[in-house]
Amino acid sequence: MFEDFFNVVKLRFNGGNEEAAPTYKCPRCQGVYPLARYEELYKVCPECNYHGRLSAQERIKIIADKGSFREFDAKMESCDPINFPNYTEKQEELRETTGLKDAIVTGEATIRGIPAVIGIMDSRYMMASMGSVVGEKIARAFEYATEKGLPVIMFTASGGARMQEGIVSLMQMAKTSGAVQYHSSAGGLYITVLTDPTTGGVTASFASLGDIIIAEPKILIGFAGRRVIESTMRQKLPDDFQLAEFMQDKGFVDMIVERKRLRATLANLLSLHGFGKKEV
Amino acid sequence: MDNQKTAWESLALVHIKGRPTVRDYIPLIFTDFYELHGDRYYGDDHAIIGGIARLDGRPVTIIAQVKGRDLQENKDCNFAMPLPEGYRKALRLAKQAEKFHRPVICFIDTPGAHAGKEAEERGQGEAIARNIAEFMTLKTPIISIILGEAGSGGALALGVCDELAMLENAQYCVVSPQGFASILWKDASRAEEACNIMQVTAADMVRFGVAETIIEEPIGGAHNDLDKISENIKEYLAGKIEEKCAKDIDVLLKERYTKFRKIGEFTE
Ligand SMILES: [Zn+2]
Repeated sequence: MFEDFFNVVKLRFNGGNEEAAPTYKCPRCQGVYPLARYEELYKVCPECNYHGRLSAQERIKIIADKGSFREFDAKMESCDPINFPNYTEKQEELRETTGLKDAIVTGEATIRGIPAVIGIMDSRYMMASMGSVVGEKIARAFEYATEKGLPVIMFTASGGARMQEGIVSLMQMAKTSGAVQYHSSAGGLYITVLTDPTTGGVTASFASLGDIIIAEPKILIGFAGRRVIESTMRQKLPDDFQLAEFMQDKGFVDMIVERKRLRATLANLLSLHGFGKKEV
Repeated sequence: MDNQKTAWESLALVHIKGRPTVRDYIPLIFTDFYELHGDRYYGDDHAIIGGIARLDGRPVTIIAQVKGRDLQENKDCNFAMPLPEGYRKALRLAKQAEKFHRPVICFIDTPGAHAGKEAEERGQGEAIARNIAEFMTLKTPIISIILGEAGSGGALALGVCDELAMLENAQYCVVSPQGFASILWKDASRAEEACNIMQVTAADMVRFGVAETIIEEPIGGAHNDLDKISENIKEYLAGKIEEKCAKDIDVLLKERYTKFRKIGEFTE
C-alpha cells in the first residue's frame, strides 16, 4: 500500500524536468523545496516536518486498505439556508474544481484488515468549514457505527463554521457532538486525527471529543485564530502558539504521530481495543 | 409584538445601556439563590455564574452568562466572554443538578467566546465541545433562554437544551455581524448589512427550529419595564419546567437529540 504510493510519486519525481521542477513553500519554516520531494514524503516538509494538507482521496490512499473504502452519502449537497449571496454559485464552482460535493468524505474501510468508519475533511472545499452537509454526514457516520459496533476515525481539518449557512452551521456542532456522545455511551471507540488546520467550531465540537486524540506534527489546532487574538487582545503570542506540539504540552493532544506511521498506529490502536480483522 | 424592526435595530436595543442582565432577573424570578463558585480545576470565571435557587418553591440549578451593567462590572465579568473555567463550572453544576434531580435553567447572554491566549492555552475548544456533548445526554430537563445576544460556540456551550426561548429582541448568531462582514467581505464596516442578512432574530430561530418560544418584551424593550419582563420570563419557565419534569427522561433525551439532529438543509 505505502509502497504503491511511493512508486507513483517516484515515477513523477524522476520523470520531471529538474530545472523547471515546480517548488513548494513551507508555511511553517518558509523554506522552498522541490514539490516532488515534498510529495515523495507524503506532503511533509523535508526541513521542519510540518505535515501538509492532503485531499480526502490522498488520505484514503495512505490509510485504508486498497479498494476497501466504501463511501457514504456520496450525493449529499448543501442548500442555501440564509440565501447568502453567491453561496450556491461558489459551491457549484468548487464541486467542479475539486470533484467533491462538500468538505467531508465519510465511509467505511478496513485498515490492515480491521473495519472502521472514517471521515476525512478536505480543506480545498471552503476551508472545510462545517455546514449542513458536514454535520449530517458526520452524524450519520456515528449513528451507523453505533448501530454496527464499529470504531470511528475522523481526520479533522476546518476553518470553523460555514458562515454562509448562518445559525444552521452553528447547530451542526450540537448535531455532531450529540452523535459522538451516543456512540461513546454505547461503548464505541472514537479516534480523532487532527490535521492542518483544525480550528473554530470543529475544534469546539467533535474534533475535541475523541477517546484518543492524535495530531500530525506542526499542524495548527485552536478555537480562536491567531490574528484575531493579536488584533483584539493585543497579546504577544509565541511562535509555536496553537501548533500540535504546543497543544500537546497544554494537555489537549494524546499523541503526535508522523504520517508515515499513522496507518500502523491506527491499526494497532484498533487492535488494542479488541477490534480485529473482518471475517470473510 | 413589534415586528417592524430590522435585525440591526433589535441589536441596538440589546446593546442599550440599562438592558437588564441576569443579576437583575434572578431576585425577581427566583427565591433562595445561592451562588456556587469555581470549576474545581483552575478558577472561578466571572462571565458565567451558577447556583441553586427555587422557582415557585421547586429547587432548580441556574447557570448564566452575566453582562456588566457598567464598565466596572463589565471588567469584572470580561464583558460576558467566558474563559474555559466558566464552561467547566457550568458543566460541574449541570452534573450536580442531574445527581440531585433538579432541572437546569441556562441564561445565555454573551457576544461569544474569549479570543485570548489564556483561553486557547486552557482549551476553550475542548471545554465548549465537552459541554455540548454532556448537555446532550444530561438526565434532567434543561431550558435555555437567550436574554440579549448569543454568539457562536460561547453561547452554544449553554445552549444544548430541551427547549430554547428568546426574549423578543434577542439574537443568536454564528459570529458577530462585524466578524461576519470582515471574514466574508473583508469589510467590518458592513456590519449592519451583515446583521440584516444573517437571519439572527428570535423569529428566524423559531423558523429554523433552533428556538421554540419568543418571550414578549415590554414596548420599547426589556429595560422599559423590568417587573413585566421578569414576570413574562417567570411565567414561561414555570409552565415549561412543569411540563418537562413530567416527561419520562428517556423520551426527553430522545427529543433533545432529535431537536438538533434535524437542523440542516441539504439534498441527496
Ligand atoms: Zn517546513
